Amino acid sequence: MQLRFTEADEHFRAQVADWLSDNLSGEFSAIRHRGGPGDEHVYLTERKAWEQRLADGGWTCIGWPEAWGGRDATIEQQVIFNEEYARAGGPGRVGHIGETLTGPTLLAFGSEVQKERYLPGIRNGKELWCQGYSEPGAGSDLAAVRTRAAFHEASGQWQITGQKVWTSLAHESDYVFVLARTDPAETTHRGLGFFLVPMAQPGVTIRPIKQLTGTAEFNEVFFDGALCAADDIVGEPGDGWKVAMGLLGFERGVSTLGQQMLFQTELDEIVRIAKANGSARDPALRQRIAEAHIGLRTLRYNSLRMLSGGDDGSLSREAMIYKLCWSSWHRNLGKLAMDVLGPDAELLDGEPYALNRLQSLFLFTRADTIYGGTNQIQRNIIAERALGMPREPRGQI
Amino acid sequence: MKFSFTDEQLMLRESAEGFLSEYATSAAVRQAMASPSGTDEALWQRLAGEMYWPAIVVPEDCGGLGLGMVEAIIVLEQLGRRLAPAPLLACTQSVLALRTVAENPGARALLSQLAQGQIISLAHTAARPHWGLEGMAVSAVQQGQHWRLAGEARFVPAGDNAGTLLVAARIGSGCGLFKLSPGESGLTVTKSPTLDQTRPMATLQLSGVEISEADCLSECWSSQLDTVLNLTRVLVGAEQVGCAQASLDQSVAYVGERVQFGRTIASYQAIKHKAADMMLKVESARSLLCYAACVGDEWLQGSASAQELTEAAAMLASSAGDAAFFCAGTGIQLHGGVGITEEYDIQLFFKRARAMESYLGRPDEHREVIAGLLLDKVDSDAA
Ligand SMILES: Cc1cc2nc3c(=O)[nH]c(=O)nc-3n(C[C@H](O)[C@H](O)[C@H](O)COP(=O)(O)OP(=O)(O)OC[C@H]3O[C@@H](n4cnc5c(N)ncnc54)[C@H](O)[C@@H]3O)c2cc1C
Repeated sequence: MQLRFTEADEHFRAQVADWLSDNLSGEFSAIRHRGGPGDEHVYLTERKAWEQRLADGGWTCIGWPEAWGGRDATIEQQVIFNEEYARAGGPGRVGHIGETLTGPTLLAFGSEVQKERYLPGIRNGKELWCQGYSEPGAGSDLAAVRTRAAFHEASGQWQITGQKVWTSLAHESDYVFVLARTDPAETTHRGLGFFLVPMAQPGVTIRPIKQLTGTAEFNEVFFDGALCAADDIVGEPGDGWKVAMGLLGFERGVSTLGQQMLFQTELDEIVRIAKANGSARDPALRQRIAEAHIGLRTLRYNSLRMLSGGDDGSLSREAMIYKLCWSSWHRNLGKLAMDVLGPDAELLDGEPYALNRLQSLFLFTRADTIYGGTNQIQRNIIAERALGMPREPRGQI
Repeated sequence: MKFSFTDEQLMLRESAEGFLSEYATSAAVRQAMASPSGTDEALWQRLAGEMYWPAIVVPEDCGGLGLGMVEAIIVLEQLGRRLAPAPLLACTQSVLALRTVAENPGARALLSQLAQGQIISLAHTAARPHWGLEGMAVSAVQQGQHWRLAGEARFVPAGDNAGTLLVAARIGSGCGLFKLSPGESGLTVTKSPTLDQTRPMATLQLSGVEISEADCLSECWSSQLDTVLNLTRVLVGAEQVGCAQASLDQSVAYVGERVQFGRTIASYQAIKHKAADMMLKVESARSLLCYAACVGDEWLQGSASAQELTEAAAMLASSAGDAAFFCAGTGIQLHGGVGITEEYDIQLFFKRARAMESYLGRPDEHREVIAGLLLDKVDSDAA
């Protein structure tokens, strides 16, 4: 068991930090620390330009094979990159869905044609992706998706019809990956397909949804006979569930350490305020601030365990608890921020509904326990997969 | 960075699991609880003579295995899982205490005795209510070639089974460390009946115990005491993680068999979600345990600061203390009525969890230590 990074890794860290401090300046100074969760709607033009700056420096997709423009970076190097990126105040990555979800999915399940068609756009920071899973009738029960994909013999293309919802950044994306039903006779995880669909076409309509923060980063997406090339289905018709589930396992948490650096800056801000406004002397708040600190360090060592685990891609116990762990921690941090601010937590910076960072944290962290599998679904997964308890029965409605 | 056990460490864990599942059964635990010493002597002989566990953190040049805190927590977690009635925690604590004075020939002799399975306990506090120097109620005064020790020490782990006692005693505003034989005149050692019957404790009364100068191992031991207590918290954390894990495992096994309303109670989501919460706490505490053990090893190798060790120990003690109590308490609830019986083991884990939670500080006291580090420090950037 070895807690520290090697000298070679530390050398790599210095290289990353140098590049970031040279490049995250000038025109990009304004976007430092911006565009994170809850703040994803800001500075989109600048953040897209930043994505290309990163790509030119060779800092997108570093974990990918060299053949596809990556650096074949080790897990340690990926961790270090994410840590330094967050430490430098690197803005929320508009390309993250493509880099962390689409890319690895194509590398694992995609055809050569698909890899050649899509990986360069992601690697070069030019093409953005969004995730088309959830539907009005299929949230936690993702396998209930009803969006249909039918092969149209005359045009030789797939036609997609249905509705997706909560699609983050759909309005900024070039492509969406869609989980859709290829076999209309099925209603479960069988008979699904995984499709790569261009957004800019008449069959796709995007309607933004306003959130409790007053901003709109997710959308409804309507598909009305939207077209998708015959060879833009990943795997075979019927493989959709396997591909979709594989995708969820890919990330293996390398970006979690970067996420934790963001959490640390939030906690640091709360500590700073507590010291300044006297909350630091309140015994109850002292307990909760200490608890937050311990919780964040727990996330860190949990991630390190997760990343040091077997390379077989199987979910270890520490990986299975991770989502529940961080989402609950972050939600509690949002409330702690309000309590440390005290009465001032209620006052806005201005009209219209100008939230400060901590107010936005407080409101948006309520989403953390919902997206990517709610806390209840996480507990079901832990109980069933890690503890071998009986599966939830399906209903008939 | 490789934050996982090496193959050797995994083998150690496997052999500990195998050995204890054979010898530290529930029946053996209950038999030891009912015995006068509260210890399973045969188990201790085997564990020392065949497994060499008391020698784990003893340096090689004192006849030990020269391993570290990571190996110690691997084994102690397994002891915690079984409530094994053997004083490995007490003896490992004594090893760590003696390592702080390892240049002393008397200490080196004791280290080799510990490696061979002699029971040696550390007595350092009356814990009214503090566990550190503030709670120390034995004083030492030098008189010519002798030291005179007087006062009281409580919560001495395995104290009435110890062949030698290490006693920390006040000297002025600091403290020293002394070696005593339990037969010393003026010293009485009494077993203290405890709520958790699997972990015997003793009380020492010292009225003018006179010992020779050679038996003073250190006259200036207060910062070492802090260190030893922090390292001990790491060991305690291992037992707590084991206790929490066992509470979870036994509860999951029970709810998988118990049928109500025509289905196993394990199929109810309210039960599944409690079990998931238990696992979350166990694994969270385990992550901090691994971290704290690594920091402990770095400390022993001279590369961690005292503050890092204090922080690591406090974080672990807060998390593992809560985890063990939550898991054992929830475990009783998931067992229903049988959880309240003497017959089922979950009650034993509940008592152990309670005992360990307050030993060397409650979780909220540990959080206050963290709060102090975070909130009371003068900002260096402000200065
Ligand atoms: C900010 C945000 C961004 C998102 N971005 C995307 C995106 O880009 N792409 C995408 O596809 N989706 C996205 N989602 C959707 C997200 O994945 C779903 O909201 C989530 O899976 C929950 O589905 P639901 O909203 O339909 O809630 P429901 O499934 O209706 O759940 C409602 C409540 O019922 C509980 N519940 C449901 N089933 C069970 C059960 N079996 N046992 C116990 N309790 C249960 C849930 O835990 C929850 O508390 C996003 C969501 C949010 C909030």
